[in-house]
Amino acid sequence: MATPILEVKNLNVRFSTPDGEVHAVKDVNFRIDEGECLGVVGESGSGKSQLFLSTLGLLAGNGSATGSVLYRGREILGLPDKQLNELRGSKITMIFQDPLTSLTPHMTIGAQLIETLRVHRRVQSEEAERRVLETLELVRIPEAKQRMRQYPHELSGGMRQRVMIAMATVCGPDLLIADEPTTALDVTVQAQILDIMRDLKNELKTAIAIVSHDMGVIAGLADYVQVMRYGEIVETGKVDRIFYTPQHPYTKMLLDAMPRIDQPDRRGHAHLAPLAENAKTLLDVRDLKVHFPVKTGGVFAKRKPLRAVDGVSFTLRQGETLGVVGESGCGKSTLARAVLKLLPETDGAVVWCGRDLGPMQREEIRKLRGELQIVFQDPLASLDPRMTIGQSIAEPLRTLRPELSRRDIRAQVGEMMERVGLDPAWINRYPHEFSGGQNQRVGIARAMIVKPRLVICDEAVSALDVSIQAQIVELLVRLQAEFGMSLIFISHDLSVVRQISHRVMVLYLGRVVELASREAIYENPRHPYTRALISAVPVPDPKLERAKPRAKIALDLPSPLDTRAQLTFLKSKVTDDPDAVQYRPQLIEVAPGHLVAEHD
Amino acid sequence: MIATGASAANAEAMTKTQFVQGRSLWVDARRRLFRNKAALVSMIVLALITLAAIFLPLVWPYGYEDIDYALVNCAPDWWPDPDVLCHSGGWHIFGSDNIGRDLFVRVLYGARVSLAVGLVATLVSLVIGVAYGATAGFLGGVADNLMMRVVDILYSLPFIFFVIILMVVFQQSFILLFVAIGAVEWLTMARIVRGQTLSIKQQEFIEAARAAGVSQSGIIGRHIVPNVVGPVIIYVTLTIPSVILSESFLSFLGLGIREPLTSWGVLISDGANQLETAPWMLIFPALLMAVTLFCFNFIGDGLRDALDPKDR
Repeated sequence: MATPILEVKNLNVRFSTPDGEVHAVKDVNFRIDEGECLGVVGESGSGKSQLFLSTLGLLAGNGSATGSVLYRGREILGLPDKQLNELRGSKITMIFQDPLTSLTPHMTIGAQLIETLRVHRRVQSEEAERRVLETLELVRIPEAKQRMRQYPHELSGGMRQRVMIAMATVCGPDLLIADEPTTALDVTVQAQILDIMRDLKNELKTAIAIVSHDMGVIAGLADYVQVMRYGEIVETGKVDRIFYTPQHPYTKMLLDAMPRIDQPDRRGHAHLAPLAENAKTLLDVRDLKVHFPVKTGGVFAKRKPLRAVDGVSFTLRQGETLGVVGESGCGKSTLARAVLKLLPETDGAVVWCGRDLGPMQREEIRKLRGELQIVFQDPLASLDPRMTIGQSIAEPLRTLRPELSRRDIRAQVGEMMERVGLDPAWINRYPHEFSGGQNQRVGIARAMIVKPRLVICDEAVSALDVSIQAQIVELLVRLQAEFGMSLIFISHDLSVVRQISHRVMVLYLGRVVELASREAIYENPRHPYTRALISAVPVPDPKLERAKPRAKIALDLPSPLDTRAQLTFLKSKVTDDPDAVQYRPQLIEVAPGHLVAEHD
Repeated sequence: MIATGASAANAEAMTKTQFVQGRSLWVDARRRLFRNKAALVSMIVLALITLAAIFLPLVWPYGYEDIDYALVNCAPDWWPDPDVLCHSGGWHIFGSDNIGRDLFVRVLYGARVSLAVGLVATLVSLVIGVAYGATAGFLGGVADNLMMRVVDILYSLPFIFFVIILMVVFQQSFILLFVAIGAVEWLTMARIVRGQTLSIKQQEFIEAARAAGVSQSGIIGRHIVPNVVGPVIIYVTLTIPSVILSESFLSFLGLGIREPLTSWGVLISDGANQLETAPWMLIFPALLMAVTLFCFNFIGDGLRDALDPKDR
């Protein structure tokens, strides 16, 4: 057997903290051979990132690693930085989750790439420039020559991550370590980045180690998979074996918890209650617009409207869940805040139970808050750090039902905590003492305690681990069945939305491109954007992933300030002027209840 | 809906449950503060100085105004250098000053004045600064801009010039000292509070409170102010020494406390004049003041580390 590129034996990583020693990685062994891809999956806190940081000697100051790390048979653990630097960035390279913070803001990307190359390879500047250009083309950056003169902030997230990959591959490394490389990206961009990495593996025979929490990403890329939990590897094997015949209960649990876009109603999961035929319409949003004035240029700047939400109409019935999906910047969160009147609308109407919320005074809106509630994305940030969770949950009751006595409030808080799966004895504890999943339960309890008729979940499960995510989704489905409230479920994750929604609305740059029942939209998507979104979602099934046709290169999301942007799918009607008033794609009812925006 | 009977029963059950007492951020901070040796020692030393300043003059055999012409510029009995005019004898453990008053009791009176000025002027700056800063930060926009430009203009006034004008226009008095120092110190406080308010205003939990129907005043009182308190406390402990210094500086120039009352600044000023003949007159007040300032700074540092562990 040939010498492996990287072999790790009995690796232990420990951190000393004021609260005692943390054993982050426990006795880990693995090897990566040439041209092979090793996937490491695990939930947050499983030590998967520290595992690779320690192999490259990049641990934080309070960490220490013991064991053995062999690069082509040579021990590299504990090497002095000077010798390690010859390997790092040249033979073993790493890409991180956040591409913006990993690039130097004041240097053009061309200069940064050339610098990387010249530090490790003694090449002439012309030769370097040529190599950099080749690499940029390899990672499919369009108009690479112009891009080299741009600064990191001028590029979109997807482009930046491509630059990071280019930087990691420009020296021709043996091993590329990718730590959650696509977590911060939209699904369509994620699919492109994964494609690029697949090509690197197949064409350049670069070994890849990919760390991810997403079983779908791993399924499409890895040859071997390791499952980590609490710093230990619980299961390891070939990708097909892990996915089709998992042995360890934790692997089984992870696979089961992963929402699947191709299998919405699996056994053992909460099922969405069918909607009553005669359910009455609660919410009617008509041509809602929210524009933000954005200054462009210098002192005498022109103010251009940023059309965050640009003419969205939909209705919501009692007990119904409407899923809202779209990529970052499509106006999902703005829509949520405008519906709740947390943001002023520019135009259009929000009609709640037959009453227009538009002309209402602040005091009237405040009284309505008991019926309209919201659950936020970041569970910790949405709770006041100086309040106990009991106080946080009680806050809406105290403000909206001042007639209740302290005793009653306390009783209701206790009961609600039990319903969302929190021990009522924790009522005096603080948010920082809980995990993300528990804090999100607090957020849900706070929204539910006033028995609202509409709850908007703004990316409510996005920040959570899959196993926790599954629990929260089940909780929401159960609460909806109990209380019969309507839900607007906003998410970028199409698989979760499929699991929980009766109808799904797809947004693109502030406009609806498709609105239909969940069966119709997932089985029979009509709009090209919806199709691209759905096909880009990675499925935790290696055979399906491998068989998937490769998405052709789509360009990144255009700037929402450009009025032409909304006509990306209707090129035939574009007036070629970034400030012109453009044609608006109209929604056409292609089947009963299935609305699709005009497209070419 | 929950039936009232059920909720009453529930309340009954809840009173019987053993509640887990959470560790609030304050409890955490206190634990971290007490683990910080420098801060802990400083707090003890400062407490001792304060207690001594308050109670020792009551039982001390000499008053701060009592003049004994037999004891002009006398060194304490234990003074190591024998080449002094005289030794004071008795309880004059710090010696006596140039008109024969007991230096120890005068240093204690100086501590009273300096600490009082430090606390009161800081309190004045705290009240004005927090109210002004929180209002500017919460209102935002044009109001914020106008209010902060006013602060900028006041910042640009030279402090001494300002104080001298005050002293000339009004009579030189104790209260004027508080006003003068407080009027300058609140500017920084206002800036700090405004900055904190702006950043807290953006947080999701403020939006959550709005979604829960909490009124504007409720948001400021229940959510913004408690979260601003941390940085403000830190700044207060660092303002007190700077106020004490300002007072000493003014007194040193003869613009502060009037005889026979005294402060550390006056004592140091007098001592500096007698440096060659009676060095103890400078050494003791200066030493005590230095120790006090160090204590406040260590406590401030300790509080910062305890309240903002992420800021390090």
